[in-house]
Amino acid sequence: MNIDDIDELAQKHRDKFAGIDTEIRVCMATSCQSSGAPPVLEALTEAHKAHGPGTCRVKSVGCMGLCSAGPMVAVAQTDAPPSEEVLYREVTPHDAADLVASVGGEPVARIRFPTDAPFFTRQQRIVREHTGIIDPESFTGYVAVGGYRSMVQALTEMTPGAVVAEVTTSGLRGRGGGGYPTGLKWSTIAKMPTGQKYVVCNADEGDPGAFMDRAILESDPHRVLEGMAIAAYAIGANKGYVYLRAEYPLAVDRVTTAIRKAKRAGFLGNHICETQFNFDVEIRLGAGAFVCGEETALMASIEGNRGQPRPRPPVPAESGLWGCPTLINNVETFANITPIIREGGDWYAGIGTERSKGTKVFALAGAINNIGLIEVPMGITLREIIEEIGGGIPNGKAFKAVQTGGPSGGCIPAEHLDIPVDYDSLKTLGTIMGSGGMIVMDETSDMVDVARYFMEFCMTESCGKCVPCRAGTQQMHALLDLIAKGQGTHKDLALLEELCEVVQATSLCGLGQTAPNPVLSTLRFFRNEYEEKLKAE
Amino acid sequence: MPPPATAPSVRVVTLTIDGKDFSARADETIIEVCRENKIPIPSLCYLDGLSVWAGCRLCLVEMAGQSRLYAACSTMVAEGMQVSTDTPRLRRYRRTIVELLFAERSHVCSVCVSNSHCELQAMAQKCGVDHVSVPYRQARNQVDSSHEMFRLDHNRCILCTRCVRVCDEIEGAHTWDVMGRGSDCQVITDLARPWGESDTCTGCGKCVQVCPTGALVKQGTSAGEMVKDKHFLPILARRRHAQGATHQ
Repeated sequence: MNIDDIDELAQKHRDKFAGIDTEIRVCMATSCQSSGAPPVLEALTEAHKAHGPGTCRVKSVGCMGLCSAGPMVAVAQTDAPPSEEVLYREVTPHDAADLVASVGGEPVARIRFPTDAPFFTRQQRIVREHTGIIDPESFTGYVAVGGYRSMVQALTEMTPGAVVAEVTTSGLRGRGGGGYPTGLKWSTIAKMPTGQKYVVCNADEGDPGAFMDRAILESDPHRVLEGMAIAAYAIGANKGYVYLRAEYPLAVDRVTTAIRKAKRAGFLGNHICETQFNFDVEIRLGAGAFVCGEETALMASIEGNRGQPRPRPPVPAESGLWGCPTLINNVETFANITPIIREGGDWYAGIGTERSKGTKVFALAGAINNIGLIEVPMGITLREIIEEIGGGIPNGKAFKAVQTGGPSGGCIPAEHLDIPVDYDSLKTLGTIMGSGGMIVMDETSDMVDVARYFMEFCMTESCGKCVPCRAGTQQMHALLDLIAKGQGTHKDLALLEELCEVVQATSLCGLGQTAPNPVLSTLRFFRNEYEEKLKAE
Repeated sequence: MPPPATAPSVRVVTLTIDGKDFSARADETIIEVCRENKIPIPSLCYLDGLSVWAGCRLCLVEMAGQSRLYAACSTMVAEGMQVSTDTPRLRRYRRTIVELLFAERSHVCSVCVSNSHCELQAMAQKCGVDHVSVPYRQARNQVDSSHEMFRLDHNRCILCTRCVRVCDEIEGAHTWDVMGRGSDCQVITDLARPWGESDTCTGCGKCVQVCPTGALVKQGTSAGEMVKDKHFLPILARRRHAQGATHQ
């Protein structure tokens, strides 16, 4: 199969819906489903049937981003850009008849959400270019928007070395939080001697308040598979695993369906698209341990062992799954590959900042008006994200801090809101980019309580292998609890700081090494809150 | 007994440890070189003959030009490496780690059968732990006396997993394993059944001999009576490895 063949396949899908010019898209991702999307979809389907088919169809799609306003429905011309669609918020089954009747006429004003709001206009969608537009369960639907074209292009027109070079040129860095240059990782594994190699997609998203990877997998699963297949071709692997947490049942369903359909169509498996390239993908379900997002623990879990980290080196690139070179990338990293191959690495390198290229998906949560998923170019300021895209703080409260990087990250106070969001700037503030969780806190938030919450998370998620993390997080949590209850002394605070240093410096893996970060960063910017709670000795 | 197999063409490197020059085979770890040259380096989970665990974090060393610390048990030597094993910073960290272990479960030396034959106790003395600055957790743990010859006291366990490794790698029974997470971790026999009911335990007692504390002891021992003997381990391990079995 070559590029012309896949373009023909895409055309076939479009021909199938030749009579359709308008789509009523219903978000069927997890958060909209939990706020009542399934009955809305049912009611819309019924109303559509009653109204007569016409030139319109009802379609279930993935996440549209504004999760706090779910269930969301969009009415759009089939080929129009997302900015021209008519968006509806908090749709109920009673609105169905009006929505169907409005097609081709005046939109239903009472539930309409303006698409010219900064929430939509300030975003730049690369990873999420098709989420909320395509049906995640339709294979040909993905092909129709240009899906698998990059894979076919790589397989038929590029050498593996050229693929790695394109990714290196793009400047893409790992989106799981570490920010390791993706091209460098790929080329290291590509240079390992030929033999069994593996590609692993890390979909064990576990940071509290982060749901970017879930939305990508639920809304555009083929995109991730395509990225994995391109990576496998580039490094010379023939087997891939999606390590997906079992707490994401819908994502598991969608990825399972996607793998099955791609295999049936010959886009995964042996002799992909009639080339000599073989690549098979399997899902491995995580059993609920946060530490399994750490790559050595993740590999232990895939191998069927207890999910706990081991010392590095050897790094997975050298000795990973069953001792073979293994490429581990995050969901969002793989989702970036397709556009890089399609548009070229130079195009991608033109977006973002000097050392952080491209866009980043963030999950906005907490005390903010627009809760949901956003994709913004690197280098945007936190102020733009929170005040413009996020729509500010609800109930007239004042902003206090934003937490990034989950339990490994830190809190950024109001005076640093103008910092550009990129890997290096965030590091200077004692936090990290992380996987993309952004929890906004208003003036009513108690920072000691925030630190205690994250420490409790690390304590219960520590695997127990190394002493500083296992016993240290427990002691730090107890001290934070004491201080939060107003029973701590200056001595306790000093001991807490001492433990932070020891746990950070001596723990075996990233979980323990970064567990003190929420405490250190709140101490750095909100030390007074700790001191106010201390009692006299 | 066949001679230990030597890997073909292993390079020899020179490195500096605490300012002194040493030579080492490139496939050796820092801790192996230190032990060979009588450089004291504390560790509770490392044991010659068992696979590397890197869990106690006491053998962390400083490396010139690097801000992060390296575990001596899991770091291979390299040409020109400059290692410091005993700095004020390392001493402070080691002391805190030992204190954390003492506070985590109940280590009451005076009534322990391993008193004065205990590696944790010796480590505390070596690290200058004269008091414990972190609060004692005082968690209540079970004692399993169901085995006819041995006893398991979770209150004394530091989760070094020497028992797990010796049982799996040397005895080949894999009776022991770890269950739970964080501080709830426990060593277990079979699928968390009483030790005495284990169908896989051969009763060889290797786990008891390698246990650094009074967590695994012989039945019928009283305070201070449990003396352990680990000299069998390097010999057995070398034989096993020479036969090409379970080398990790």
